[in-house]
Amino acid sequence: MTTFTVNVTIENKPGISDPEGDTILNDLVLKGTHKTVSNIKTAKMLKFTIKEKDKKTAQSKVQEICDELRIYNPMVSKVTIDIFDA
Amino acid sequence: MKVGVVVFPGSNCDRDMYHVLSDVFNLNAQYYWHEKSLPKNIDAIILPGGFSYGDRLRAGIIAAHSPIIKDVQKMAEKGIPILGVCNGFQILVESGLLPGVLLKNESLNFMCEWTNLIVENNKTPFTNQFKLHARIPIPIANGEGRYYVDDDILKQLKKKNQIVFRYSQVVNGSSNRIAGVCNEDGNVVGMMPHPERAVESEINPIDHKPSSLIFESLLVKMGVKN
Repeated sequence: MTTFTVNVTIENKPGISDPEGDTILNDLVLKGTHKTVSNIKTAKMLKFTIKEKDKKTAQSKVQEICDELRIYNPMVSKVTIDIFDA
Repeated sequence: MKVGVVVFPGSNCDRDMYHVLSDVFNLNAQYYWHEKSLPKNIDAIILPGGFSYGDRLRAGIIAAHSPIIKDVQKMAEKGIPILGVCNGFQILVESGLLPGVLLKNESLNFMCEWTNLIVENNKTPFTNQFKLHARIPIPIANGEGRYYVDDDILKQLKKKNQIVFRYSQVVNGSSNRIAGVCNEDGNVVGMMPHPERAVESEINPIDHKPSSLIFESLLVKMGVKN
């Protein structure tokens, strides 16, 4: 068994407004000199530490947990799962 | 008539609700801790407001996995009247008993203010004493109160008469100004505003009678009052 770090990023689906991201963009970043930025989205990240036999199993286990326990609400959010060696 | 008030870690409107049920409407109110089961002879269930589990992950999601929710689901299927207020509404949504989702208010602020509701469905156990489109002055107090459904589900809600309350004007960016919905059978109702804070003249500066009809509707439904 190997220990992996699995990052679960929960963000709004396209079309669901993100007022916090909009505020950071419009009232902070674009008010400075950073005019090349066009979009900012906020997200929540959960970092799992998990022991599984390989990366693929760890990834599918975390996906299963996210779906089964509604870690994200599929109506408005999507998750991205990134896996690393711990 | 026995009404259960479900208490989660972080509920903070449970006592207000208990007070209103027992002292204002003379009902036999009982608290039920979220790890216990509900008795079979219960007549109605209320999920009160608060911040169950400190709104961690997102409002209502952790409480939605509490053991008592399985009993609430069984009671819902039996047609027992169930009302979720504020955090209780969020828990009903996250447990799949009601459609939609409650997002952070458009302003990102915690909003604590008086609003006006319009009754859009007067057939539920909590609205049967209202005239259609009656107005209710009632307070909200929430950070994650923006009801959201996509256009397809919104059409379904309208078709099946599941929109129970709408705000009279834009409050927090909710889809279609929705403040409360019910399930398809109409016995499970969720609402963001707080009727338990509005039914007594001492604490309602506008008019306490409309909010009282929410509880009187329940009394009529249960045959306690004609």
